[in-house]
Amino acid sequence: MKKKCAGNVISMQEPAPDIFDMWVETELAKEAGAGQFVGVFPMGESTLLPRPISICEVDKEKKAIRLVFRVAGKGTGEFSHYKPGRRVMLLGVLGNGYPLSPATGKKILLLGGGIGIPPILQLAKQLRENEINAEITIAVGYRNSDLFLKEDLEQYGKVLVATEDGSIGTKGNVLDAVRENSVEAQIIYACGPLMMLKAIKQYAEEKEILAYISLEERMACGVGACLGCVCKTTKKDAHSHVNNARICTDGPVFEAKEVDI
Amino acid sequence: MNKMEIEIAGVHFKNPVMTASGTFGSGMEYGEFVDLNKLGAVVTKGVANVPWQGNETPRVAETYGGMLNAIGLQNPGIDVFLKRDLPFLKQFDTRVIVNVCGKSVQDYLEVVEKLSDAPVDMLEINISCPNVKEGAIAFGQKAESVYDITKQIKDKAKQPVIMKLSPNVTDITEMARAAEAAGADALSMINTITGMKIDIERKKFALANKTGGLSGPAIKPVAVRMVYQCANAVKIPIIGMGGIAGAEDAIEFMMAGATAVAAGAMNFVNPYLTEEMISGMERFLEKHGIDDIREIIGCVK
Repeated sequence: MKKKCAGNVISMQEPAPDIFDMWVETELAKEAGAGQFVGVFPMGESTLLPRPISICEVDKEKKAIRLVFRVAGKGTGEFSHYKPGRRVMLLGVLGNGYPLSPATGKKILLLGGGIGIPPILQLAKQLRENEINAEITIAVGYRNSDLFLKEDLEQYGKVLVATEDGSIGTKGNVLDAVRENSVEAQIIYACGPLMMLKAIKQYAEEKEILAYISLEERMACGVGACLGCVCKTTKKDAHSHVNNARICTDGPVFEAKEVDI
Repeated sequence: MNKMEIEIAGVHFKNPVMTASGTFGSGMEYGEFVDLNKLGAVVTKGVANVPWQGNETPRVAETYGGMLNAIGLQNPGIDVFLKRDLPFLKQFDTRVIVNVCGKSVQDYLEVVEKLSDAPVDMLEINISCPNVKEGAIAFGQKAESVYDITKQIKDKAKQPVIMKLSPNVTDITEMARAAEAAGADALSMINTITGMKIDIERKKFALANKTGGLSGPAIKPVAVRMVYQCANAVKIPIIGMGGIAGAEDAIEFMMAGATAVAAGAMNFVNPYLTEEMISGMERFLEKHGIDDIREIIGCVK
């Protein structure tokens, strides 16, 4: 059941310039899973709409979720100033999340680019919980040497790093790192900028690998009512009856071959 | 009659609180947040004769105290609506108002005819969406064309007809009068105000459609003014909307002359808004010793 409810900021850090790492105590934690997101409401007078932020990690015992976000505008700018103890308004839990069962018994490749890295952490954690011996390789791409979440990810699999400026790991993007290290995968899960997801879709199609990608778009309602955040689909969508699916409710995770990006 | 009951064109509503078309889907999504049985009416997303793909993304952008949208009336078409969305809505004890859109008069008439035997309480005719290239607002910006389309729809429609007016005109009272003269049973206003936003970092329009419809609290004073003007220009009832964020705003619209009110973009900010409006309006009546909400309609002259 979706709801709008208050949460409490437990901790706030800035692991890299303009990247913020916030744990929030909220009842939404009990239903939250990998690949889902919450809407965070700025309190500023001029702002209205909830900001969709992916769930980076869930701690069901502490009833808390971790949100790692980049300051992109007024809303996220406001959130970056939140201190522990601060009340925060959330809408959630939103979106479908990554399907875990298709990964059973397969060599898993997780790909995260920039501010698309956070949801990969909870995904890796759940995949590891599901299958203790799973072969998980994680490739993450950054602009430069300002890394974040790398150590967290290393708990759950082998981590390869790519940087645009070549300062750490492979110079280039996550797929360059995958090729350089000759990673063989049977299933891919990804989140990142559109250009990266396009390349992954193509890579998965060439290699005939099942791939799930998480998309983003400007959103308003977050619950599937306004039809603001659609993506083009290759087949007629069952809900809309046109070649459009709602990223907030039918996604944000789609099988790569189902979307026309 | 209960304190909160109102009537429009012979249709009774348990309270004046409705949803603004396009902000509430067909009720399903917000049914998780509010009890649809409590609402005066659910006004559906615009429905056309065939499925519409809508515009490219980005379709939405936030602005100061409001938002722009250019969805482009994406909808699954009347056949799916009748088979899936209407039966869903009919499970609830609320009035159903179907918003009808089209590219040509023929499109509108086709939908109106398909709805003629359907368990629908009223039709709201969208002649005011600013985000599609053909139809919609093209019918709503000249008094003659408002008259013409209203007349043709009234000739076919089995349910009472609400004409939804655009604020993007020089004098909205001319459109209101034309709709009334052609036999419209009620008016709803305002649809969104055409606006634009530019992303200065990317040197691009924020919306793929370049322009979009502005909604939210930023437009409320414009909407209240237009409701007031039209309420003084025509005798048919008006459903008022534009930036309503709570019971106080709803009361304000009614005092300006609206018989009913609709919550729109602010549903996105507060998904419990419609229910909160109802309880807030009841408290207002209580506090001011008003026994019948109809007493406040147009009470400010």
